[in-house]
Amino acid sequence: MRYGSIITDFGNSVNYKTAGWRTYRAVIDPDKCIECGNCWIFCPEPCIYKVGEKFEVDLDFCKGCGICANECPTDAIEMILEEK
Amino acid sequence: MQKLDQDKPFRDVMDGNGAVVEAVRLCDVQVIAAYPITPQSHISEGLAKASANGEIDSEYIKVESEHSAMSACIGASATGARVFSATASQGLALMHEMLFAAAGLRLPIVLVNCNRALSAPLNIQNDQQDSITERDSGWIQLYCETAQESLDTTVQAFKIAENPSVMLPVMVCLDGFVLTHTVEPVDVPGKDDVKKFLPDFDSKIFLNPKKPMTIGAFAGSDSYTEFRHENEEAIQRSLKVIKDVDKEYGKLIGREYGLIEEYKTDNADVILITIGSVAGTIKEVIDENEYGSTGLIRVKCYRPFPKNELLKALSKAKVVAVIEKDISLGLGEGALYSEIKGLLYNSNNKPKALNFIVGLGGRDVTSKYIKEIIYNSNKALDSKVQEVTWVGLKEEE
Amino acid sequence: MLVTENVPAFVKCRRVCKSNLSALRCFKFRKNMKEVSNDELFAPGHRGCAGCGCTVAMRLALKVAGENTVATHATGCMEVISSPYPETAWRIPWIHVAFENSAAVASGVEAALKALGKKDKVNVIAFGGDGGTVDIGLQALSGAMERGHDMLYICYDNEAYMNTGVQRSGSTPYGASTTTSPSGSHSVGNDRPKKDMPQIIAAHNVPYVATASIAFPLDYMAKVEKALQVKGPSYIHIHASCTPGWGIPSDKGIEIPRLAVDSGMWVLYEIVNGNKRVTYKPAKKQSVKSYLKMQKRFKHLDEPAIEHIQAEIDKNWDKIFGGKS
Repeated sequence: MRYGSIITDFGNSVNYKTAGWRTYRAVIDPDKCIECGNCWIFCPEPCIYKVGEKFEVDLDFCKGCGICANECPTDAIEMILEEK
Repeated sequence: MQKLDQDKPFRDVMDGNGAVVEAVRLCDVQVIAAYPITPQSHISEGLAKASANGEIDSEYIKVESEHSAMSACIGASATGARVFSATASQGLALMHEMLFAAAGLRLPIVLVNCNRALSAPLNIQNDQQDSITERDSGWIQLYCETAQESLDTTVQAFKIAENPSVMLPVMVCLDGFVLTHTVEPVDVPGKDDVKKFLPDFDSKIFLNPKKPMTIGAFAGSDSYTEFRHENEEAIQRSLKVIKDVDKEYGKLIGREYGLIEEYKTDNADVILITIGSVAGTIKEVIDENEYGSTGLIRVKCYRPFPKNELLKALSKAKVVAVIEKDISLGLGEGALYSEIKGLLYNSNNKPKALNFIVGLGGRDVTSKYIKEIIYNSNKALDSKVQEVTWVGLKEEE
Repeated sequence: MLVTENVPAFVKCRRVCKSNLSALRCFKFRKNMKEVSNDELFAPGHRGCAGCGCTVAMRLALKVAGENTVATHATGCMEVISSPYPETAWRIPWIHVAFENSAAVASGVEAALKALGKKDKVNVIAFGGDGGTVDIGLQALSGAMERGHDMLYICYDNEAYMNTGVQRSGSTPYGASTTTSPSGSHSVGNDRPKKDMPQIIAAHNVPYVATASIAFPLDYMAKVEKALQVKGPSYIHIHASCTPGWGIPSDKGIEIPRLAVDSGMWVLYEIVNGNKRVTYKPAKKQSVKSYLKMQKRFKHLDEPAIEHIQAEIDKNWDKIFGGKS
């Protein structure tokens, strides 16, 4: 029995990959990264997650906003144009 | 919580609002959010007093408006608590947006509405415009004639609302002042009997961190129609549930009411139809009437509209006269009348139909007016009578 | 610049870092960042614009509140982008009802949790945009705060009704061009000052009231934590950017709110039991012009208007931040 617009599969927005929204994608250079966490904390999606001490971009969701690149204190993140 | 002798059944005199307070006390309501408005105020006050004396163990939110009252009820009901509110006229109108929300969210809230005229002009006395205007909201609407019925219907309302095949809010309507403030003898059931009848609320909708739910997602054009259809199916299912709950209450507590009440309608040529406490006056006049066989149908369950019961009751009528305390401005007739006419359109029996608009803004519906109505309805059996009459309308100077 | 393996990590990062943090502040920052929860209770896949500032406010609040939280939400950007049936970005129990009643619904949720005996373990957070808080939501919020419900209200303020197309709200600052207060030959844009919502709430004797900014995430999260510890009402007003509404490039969504704080346009403070305390004093005061010029919504402002805004800030600077910087 359904009771109105209730959704019990919490967090299922992850089924909708927003990758197609972007023109640029974020790429983190682990050598330049000083593990400050700025990119991780400011990502609006979020699509940056911790892998050990470093950070990686989940390209299923990156919308290419560039906030991570702008906030990175060592320019370790580059916004690469999607060529497809 | 103090255990008083009031847990046993007892008989006392009380007005309609007092009966409602007793019903809420018996039903283990967990959250009450109500804003005072005449003629509901002594429900709010009665509940506050009962709370202060430990007779009721609920959270009482003293909200700052009726819109917030219904919003808080929605929040509380969605969390999984049994909730109650009460209002009238302007308050119900202010809640209008939230009434649709509550029904769309499928929350089993019980609201007692003390029927009162809508402004403008401002009027604090009884008519039924306020709740009849909300007939499209998806709420179940049950109307009461006596204080006893008010108590019984409020208790039944929780059980109807919380039924898993229904899960819809229920509005119990009492005529303002006429019923809410009139003292009558009432039999109050015992707490144990009501507990047997109405078990603890175990909702399928809840806000619980152990099982997160998103409630109130927005639906685009690809799914909204289906949700509305689902609501319609739920309120149609409630017809059977209302009848079953009424029967169960009758078996356990001893009183039942049905979806409509038929009074001397067997073989009646003229059948009057009305809603609410004015039925009491009409029944008395019918008993002494000299104009021919006249019967009365009191529609108790207005939404969902009891089509089959009405069609059956009207199957042999020659004249149908709808007496109502509302007017659908611009339609030229009352809402109930228009619905009865619509009902009869495709039926085998097509009696003459008349509409009598009475009692707006609390104007007394006297036996003199009822006699006039019965006279005119009987006259319609063989001569032409005006279709819509505003009974007692004063002529302009 | 070559960095060899043998150089200590601390020195390595100081050489390449462009931020102006002192070593001590950086150390504190790192330590606090490590303590931030990894849980993401706000899931990706939501329909927020690229560079949306408000989603940061949602995410970070939930990192502090944790999974034992029930949230109510007013109609608005964050509600619409996060709950398009049949998908939801919320990993906590969440309810949306209407535009103006987030606080009233939260009052009902809080009372029900109390009645069910569960309130001690569950946080109740009511979210609303500036529209649903400062304008149409004011009554419900005022009532909820006055009644003293044990809940936190977070207003994410992007300074206009963004979801419906950037119409002005009571929180739109002086001089901002919105669709209902557009700039023109006969108009400076929005010609009214911003409604001081935190002060209005503080006047309700609310034990904890704070302002925050998405550009200062640790300050914000510390405030959310403090607010949730209050047994009673609390209120946080967080300044958040809007890429289309402010007319900014999507990558400047954090930099511009930071400029708002560093120029004095937005002050970070908290009011604890009636005592006001500024929680961040800009190390270097930035000009208001640098903040305004980055946004299309202020592009029309001429020099006299900008000077007027700067003068207002200068007038209050010493009073707010106490003496010379």
